[in-house]
Amino acid sequence: MTIFEALLKKEALHIVRDMRTMLIIFFIPIVLLLLFGFAISTEVNCVRVMIASEVHNDETRAITERIRINPYFQFQGLVTPSNADRQLRKGKTDAIVYLRSDDQGTKSEIVVDASNTTIAQASTLYLQNVISGNSASSPAIISTLYNPQLRSSYNFVPGIMGMIFILICAMMTSVSIVSEKENGTMDLLLVSPVRPASIIIGKLVPYFILSSGILAIILLLSYTALGLPVSASIFNVIWVSVVYILLSISIGLLISTIVDTQLSALMVSAILFMLPVLMLSGMIFPIDNMPKALQCVSAIVPARWYISAMRKLMIEQLPAHYVAKEVIILVGMTVGVLGVAIKKFTSR
Amino acid sequence: MNLRILTALLRKELISIKRNALVPKIIFILPIMTMLVIPLVATLDVKHVGIAVVDNDHSELSLRIISDIDHSDYLGITGVSTTMDDALRQIELGVADVILCIPADYEKNFTKGEHPQAAIEANGVNATKGTLGAQYTAQSLAQTQRLYLAEMGRSVNTGSISVVNMYNPTLNFRNYMIPALIVILLIIICGFLPTLNLVGEKESGTIEAMNVTPVGRLTFVLSKLIPYWAIGLIVVSIGMLIGWSVYGLRPEGNVAGFYLAALLFSFVMSGFGVLVANKSDTMLQSIFVMFAVIMVFQLMSGLFTPIASMPKWAQYFTLAIPPRYFIEIMRALYLRGTPLSELTTQYLALFGFATLFFIGAAVSYRKRN
Repeated sequence: MTIFEALLKKEALHIVRDMRTMLIIFFIPIVLLLLFGFAISTEVNCVRVMIASEVHNDETRAITERIRINPYFQFQGLVTPSNADRQLRKGKTDAIVYLRSDDQGTKSEIVVDASNTTIAQASTLYLQNVISGNSASSPAIISTLYNPQLRSSYNFVPGIMGMIFILICAMMTSVSIVSEKENGTMDLLLVSPVRPASIIIGKLVPYFILSSGILAIILLLSYTALGLPVSASIFNVIWVSVVYILLSISIGLLISTIVDTQLSALMVSAILFMLPVLMLSGMIFPIDNMPKALQCVSAIVPARWYISAMRKLMIEQLPAHYVAKEVIILVGMTVGVLGVAIKKFTSR
Repeated sequence: MNLRILTALLRKELISIKRNALVPKIIFILPIMTMLVIPLVATLDVKHVGIAVVDNDHSELSLRIISDIDHSDYLGITGVSTTMDDALRQIELGVADVILCIPADYEKNFTKGEHPQAAIEANGVNATKGTLGAQYTAQSLAQTQRLYLAEMGRSVNTGSISVVNMYNPTLNFRNYMIPALIVILLIIICGFLPTLNLVGEKESGTIEAMNVTPVGRLTFVLSKLIPYWAIGLIVVSIGMLIGWSVYGLRPEGNVAGFYLAALLFSFVMSGFGVLVANKSDTMLQSIFVMFAVIMVFQLMSGLFTPIASMPKWAQYFTLAIPPRYFIEIMRALYLRGTPLSELTTQYLALFGFATLFFIGAAVSYRKRN
């Protein structure tokens, strides 16, 4: 057995022996993917509407009927105008349609709870369309490309993958190295005839294999349970993800060379990854809505490029050359981070 | 429970928090970062929708439609071409989100009084942006048509519908986010930090030393938690002050209600943190579990995406997520000025979770393994 094989065996034993941690590591991505994949959605599809009507004629009945049968609305019934305001303040409803009549016919007014502006904007738009009715004369026919059922779960799968890999891979790697530092066993390794490069690679390879296992599970779930369309682009998805995993592991390595205790390694990972990845990667919030300065900051968040590439490959199923920019940036980051990490590691 | 022991333990905790290099920094940096940076980012408003136009008409009307779209607040023209392939390419490159296809003889048919229909195709990858973008395009189109007809002297049906935006008249998404962001502060301060602290004692072995003393388990757990409750309240106050001074947002409702909710929620989070710490052997385990839980808390509580958009089963699931109630209270107090009497359900839910997690934390803490 060469020295390198011995190192690999030692790391593998470390990982396999801690069954509980390993179970957690595999269990968490599955739960997050399934939960968020099915549940998270930014589209507004269930607006609660009440109608406060002063008049009852054919026109108001027609409007009520149109709102009642529209799948985007949850019709909560007719209320008296005085009661309507209270319902809105209590948050029991999202929008109230007031119907009044004067000489020229029926007038309608939409009062929305604008505290959530997204819901407010969308519901006003829907309500205006439904109240004005007559779809035959509408100026345009609207259809959808790529994601015809408009399931936003599609849109979130890449985001969840980007988050899971960077969190789990980087944290596992950094904690495993730092805990050797804390226990003092790292010094033993360093005074042994093993070259520092072998130590690093011996650390990285097992975690890379573990991460690939997670990748396999995630892809399997995405293409079966979540029903992402299967096509040849799945190979592109795999190799781009492998690049991203390598990058995440390198970041973990870099963190481990900077900090000395597990506690700080975890804190640094938490501060570096969780909020920025959630906020700045375009996972939930569109990047072009951000101020220019933050758009620049988001350019150094690796998850941003990975998520953007995954959206193109997994959802739009575009050929690989469409993601050339993203892949080049990811590879560049990997080389840069790995280079700095190895340099810092060996200089001790 | 012995008060003298408790005060001694509290002093020990305070000293170790002060000595820690990271914690004091977190107490100040976290609220500032959260309250100043996240509101800039966290907006789901659909803006900057790119429209690729396929103009097969080249008439005065089609040019007006295009220029009206380009001048509207939310939409922008990314390119005008004559073939669908060009427009599709813009979508594939991610430049455009919506394709508007104006058929040939559009103006001719329109002036004849027919209803020619343009085709709008939305990119469904980002479902929200696609659908809303398409709707905005259709609205802009309808508006141009109305003006065009009016200029030609034809009577138009001005079926305008007035819209009133209650509680947030300027439609500012920040007003919606900021009250809820306080939840992030409390989740991290009162959930994360005590967990790490307890597991840290486990790993370094000092918890063994504590276990052989006559200190009761309730006293020990309380001594761990009280400092973080205090820190939590300080951080929440800083957050509220930032909201007030920077964004001019303050609770329309009762400030005491604000603090009551914050306190109850810190009980919930810290009780949960201790429970996780008791059940984990290593820091890594506890952190992974806390991470997963915090992700679920942040994404399922209605903080970033509306609960009403979730499928039914997920909406029932959110009933078991404590931050949901806290966020509801915060938004009601800040924006709608709801009186406390109408929020009793939410307060009671938080109280129930706090009790539950406390009992869980006290029962699962063992002095011997």
